[in-house]
Amino acid sequence: MIQYEKFTLNNGLRVLVHKDKSTPMAVVNVIYDVGAKDENPDKTGFAHLFEHLMFGGSINIPSYDEPLQVAGGENNAFTTNDLTNYYCQLPAENIETAFWLESDRMLNLAFDVKSLDVQRKVVCEEFKEHYINKPYGDVWHKLRELAYSRHPYRWMTIGKELKHVEDATLQDVKDFFFKHYTPINAVLVVAGNVTTDAVKLLAEKWFGPIPSGAKYQRNLPVEPVQTAPKFTEIKANVPIDALYKCWHICSRLDNRYYVTDLITEILSGGGSSRLFQALVKEKQLFSNIDCSHSGSTDAGLLSIEGKLVKGVSMKDAETALMEEIYTLQQKGISEKELQKVKNKTESMLAFEDMSVMNRATNLAMYELLGDANLINTELDKYQAVTSEELLNESRAIFNENNCNTLYYYSTN
Amino acid sequence: MLNRTNPPHIKDAIEFELELKPYEKFVLDNGIEVYAIDAGAQDVLQMEMVFYAGNSFEKSNAVAATTSYMLKNGTSSKSAFELNEHFEFYGAYCNRTCQNETASISLHTLSKHLPVLLPVIKEMITDSIFPEEELSIYIQNSKQKLSVSLKKCDFVANRLIDAYLFGENHPYGKYIASADYDALTTAQLKEHFQQYYLNGHCIIFVAGKLPVDLFKVVNEQFGHLTIKPGKQQITNNILPAVTKKYRLTNDPKGVQGAIRIARDFPNRHHPDFMKMMVLNTVFGGFFGSRLMSNIREEKGYTYGIHSYVQNHFHDTALLISTESGKDVTDATVEEIYKEMEILREELIDEEELLLVRNYLIGNILGDLDGPFHIIGRWKNIILNNLKEEYFYDSIKMIKTISAEELKTLANKYLQPADFYELIVI
Repeated sequence: MIQYEKFTLNNGLRVLVHKDKSTPMAVVNVIYDVGAKDENPDKTGFAHLFEHLMFGGSINIPSYDEPLQVAGGENNAFTTNDLTNYYCQLPAENIETAFWLESDRMLNLAFDVKSLDVQRKVVCEEFKEHYINKPYGDVWHKLRELAYSRHPYRWMTIGKELKHVEDATLQDVKDFFFKHYTPINAVLVVAGNVTTDAVKLLAEKWFGPIPSGAKYQRNLPVEPVQTAPKFTEIKANVPIDALYKCWHICSRLDNRYYVTDLITEILSGGGSSRLFQALVKEKQLFSNIDCSHSGSTDAGLLSIEGKLVKGVSMKDAETALMEEIYTLQQKGISEKELQKVKNKTESMLAFEDMSVMNRATNLAMYELLGDANLINTELDKYQAVTSEELLNESRAIFNENNCNTLYYYSTN
Repeated sequence: MLNRTNPPHIKDAIEFELELKPYEKFVLDNGIEVYAIDAGAQDVLQMEMVFYAGNSFEKSNAVAATTSYMLKNGTSSKSAFELNEHFEFYGAYCNRTCQNETASISLHTLSKHLPVLLPVIKEMITDSIFPEEELSIYIQNSKQKLSVSLKKCDFVANRLIDAYLFGENHPYGKYIASADYDALTTAQLKEHFQQYYLNGHCIIFVAGKLPVDLFKVVNEQFGHLTIKPGKQQITNNILPAVTKKYRLTNDPKGVQGAIRIARDFPNRHHPDFMKMMVLNTVFGGFFGSRLMSNIREEKGYTYGIHSYVQNHFHDTALLISTESGKDVTDATVEEIYKEMEILREELIDEEELLLVRNYLIGNILGDLDGPFHIIGRWKNIILNNLKEEYFYDSIKMIKTISAEELKTLANKYLQPADFYELIVI
């Protein structure tokens, strides 16, 4: 059970406090309700580029990092298709420094031309390092475009192409900031060796005076139900053929989410999982195979990807993979197998909760989803999943018309 | 009216008193030492059995890593599938890792499941049978994985720079080729297992919320085995490359170059090791470092640039590592040397030095969060044969080292002529 207290400032900023007296540290986590899905399709990659600019100096403080480091702190941030999260950890006695820094960059940025110029380059190098200069690095660009026809999950957080990042202007930066980076669109979580009273005072002092801003009304295109299988292929200078398949799944707050998560565990959550045992060990058609899901707020994807053993044909590999899926759809799973994946989930959640930082970030993410207390009800929801639900959901997900397939061929 | 240009008062992190929670030590009936940290709020624990069975001890390439991997691939009574299923059923993770001197088996589990998991670990370290079929699958898949990795400039650069520094026959410098996998036999694995696990040297580290009968449970499983206490020492001759500069094209269509600039550096017992921790932080050891500020934040040549001392028991290396745009690789290298020069010629000002001291102390304070991190610090001290005061000595060093000492250190170690320089595109 993760205890927390919640209050809301007059400007609409939601504040959560999670006390843990066992650590000398404090974590300050600010999450903004904006991600890559909120971008203009012609200016993708912007939410992430903007995250970099949040470190380029705010209206009253030329550098974010330095004063935090002087206070013995460390920080980082990440952007997903759904959200942008900033977190820092520092000795609890210096927590006010984090309030000072975080509130000033929520108030207003310096909008420095040089910072934009440099960070455009840095993000382009990040793009190259992870998605261009790497075998199979382009897979998810293609797969998202294949699977989504309308929803902005069509593009990756890093952006569709380098050019979108290169073309970002200072006006884009300003517009984005005033639209999204406001108290009403943010959640502040303070965790660690703190008291609620002290956090209240500091939050009022530093965040209270910031104008509320307008609540961002999200109005994203809805992805139509897929009605026929889709295929695409890539031929590239990679050493080994690879197969990628993905299927549309429910949204994060749907109860079927827990069922779906357990399905991915059954299929590839370790050395005794079905796909690994059947396809890597017994039939030796794949040298590795993984099943995962995007975990996104809106309806996401479940994907299976594997590299083929040299000499195995794409058709044979795909047929064998689908046989495993059919077996799951026809025979379901045993109680023991269900218990196994539930036990794994229980232990995974316990390990995740060990770090104060994780607890703070998770609280913020759940609050953004609508209710921080979801953090305490997750395990029960997993425990409640029945083998019948699992059977039904596997039939619904792995429907032929819901499937997207990418054949990645080696030209070597 | 709130004055936002006025920073809140801070307590300098160097004023904090840091404490490394002492370990408890048990000795099993056969003399095996168990170091334990009982702490944490979650009912979880980790146990690591460290064997002296790493790459340094193998008779031919890849034998140590493969033996380590195959410990979970079959015993007399359990198949690979059954071993995996057993751990996974209890939501536990059993991993094997192979390093240069040591090879570890680690267990992460909810504390309540320890009694049903330890007997299976015992089976793995006493009764692994190394089935032919499992080995052939491993060889095939490892070769495929290697062929993908070899397409990456960073992977290729990491292998080569180590080979230049230590020589291809040194455990720190050698790397695995596809042919090494083909040459593996189960007989080699069984021999390595026999010598370095069954009859090898082992130390155990446990941390987390520990059961009251921990000693009894661990002693029952491991206290009567033929494994031996203590460490097994081994040293190898370093044969560094003669040529210092290398330019390679791995992928003619590559858009980035992997840059590695490296030199030899003494081990943790040398007085300069601790000092370098501070100098290296200033140079390229954190986000606010000179290299990061100049090459990423000022010039935008790269997504990230770091310098670090490699984590080895014996004499080691100081390394600068980055991937930068193909057209700015030479400019990046030039800037790296410029930053070395500034550190050699100019004193680090007190403001920057205080920032780095505070950052380092704050970082250690944050890193002492939870039992797994605490045992990690002890493990480092114990396996490296350091004095128990090492932790406190290094805190003192961070708090007191002077700008003059750092400049002297820079003049000793940041001389371009001593460095290997490699760019792989």
